[in-house]
Amino acid sequence: MVGKIEIQNFNLWYGQFQALHQINMVIPAGQVTAFIGPSGCGKSTLLRTFNRMNDLCETVHLAGKVNLNGMNLYAPNVDVVELRRQVGMVFQKPNPFPMSIFDNIAYGPRVHGEKNKAALPEIVERSLRQAFLWDEVKDRLKEPALKLSGGQQQRLCIARVLAVNSEVLLMDEPCSALDPISTLKIEELIFELRPKYTIVIVTHNLQQAGRISDQTAFLLNGHLIEVGPTAALFENPQHQQTEDYITGRFG
Amino acid sequence: MRGTLNEQLQELRKDLLKMGSLMEEAISKAIRSLATQDLQLAREVVVADTTIDSFEDTLEARCLNILALQNPVAIDLREITTILKIITDLERMADEAVNIAEVTIVIGTDPLLKPLEDIPMMSQLAIKMVTKCLDAFVNHDLDLAKEVAASDTTVDRLYSQLFAELTDLITQRSPFPQTKQAIELIFAARYLERIADHATNIAERTIYMVTGQRVSHRREWWKEN
Repeated sequence: MVGKIEIQNFNLWYGQFQALHQINMVIPAGQVTAFIGPSGCGKSTLLRTFNRMNDLCETVHLAGKVNLNGMNLYAPNVDVVELRRQVGMVFQKPNPFPMSIFDNIAYGPRVHGEKNKAALPEIVERSLRQAFLWDEVKDRLKEPALKLSGGQQQRLCIARVLAVNSEVLLMDEPCSALDPISTLKIEELIFELRPKYTIVIVTHNLQQAGRISDQTAFLLNGHLIEVGPTAALFENPQHQQTEDYITGRFG
Repeated sequence: MRGTLNEQLQELRKDLLKMGSLMEEAISKAIRSLATQDLQLAREVVVADTTIDSFEDTLEARCLNILALQNPVAIDLREITTILKIITDLERMADEAVNIAEVTIVIGTDPLLKPLEDIPMMSQLAIKMVTKCLDAFVNHDLDLAKEVAASDTTVDRLYSQLFAELTDLITQRSPFPQTKQAIELIFAARYLERIADHATNIAERTIYMVTGQRVSHRREWWKEN
């Protein structure tokens, strides 16, 4: 299977501690891949590998390959800023910039050199519409983004990624701070974005993984134990460790 | 929470076995009533069916409750869905026992056209299949489940034999004075044959529960295994 992202014999250490061991997997384009596993299993570390967020940690070193669109994203000539435009990220806690709703969305295009000022309102509207937020904020674009509710802030963060024409959307427990209604809106949004974007989501909520993902990967102690179609993994996992984890009989 | 799920599953298995033993009793009594022309026993089978029906209702409600509240996955999910299927088979088997009891009632005290041989033999086999398929389910025993499925052919063969024998009787001695009774006995044999089919369904669902593979309509799986 040729994927949007291909991970080959990938290992990662924080200093002496090996956080990921010989990971091999493919993230297919236009699908949602969920990473599940207990805290500390390496799922967020693996997610952060895809836009080189781990570079920010000095003690990190790694071995193996991660390809995006067939190109090794750890090659020396890779422009990390451009990589992070292609591969956007949404975090557990919504983190709007302390500026207006409009400026939050326009920030990315400006940084990435959008010269045409007249194009910005159009980009802002398109991104907010894609994130199902436009109708709720169209009359108050100049208001501080921090005034929005948690769920709206999270959709704003997603809109911010969409504004720079990312291809891959990484989400690290994007709903864990949200109420069920806001969670549902994010899940619907993920569903709508799916064909156009490749989405990778880390979640502790197994039902959420079941609801929204096409493929699920189970990690344990830095090892990829099992990866496969979500329905098959939840109906008939192939490894005892996966079975024990998803049925709650772990440990 | 998972502790609760385990307890609930344990209770479900227990009650499923209770339902199974009530149903086995219904089949045995129905066949005994037919062989000995015991109309009172036949009526008991008809009356007892409501208890088995209510077992189906409560077990179904409990399965749905677990599905709604506990979000079972993997083996737990397969077990719950298997139980949902099995209770339907058990309830239908009990209905077949009632059908047999009704044959007893219809024949009444008219002398039997011949001593019953094949029907008791079929019923012994069918009851063994019922016991074995429930044991296979409880013990996750694949070999026993396969054995049940294999026995189905024997029951089918016995049914065909009996069908041929009784239809010969009807057609060769015309007018055959006990045509109605012969047809009723063919029905009784047919009900037993259906009971064996339901036992086979339970065995196949057990194989699914243990392996995750749906084998009911896969001849190649049976050849390979």
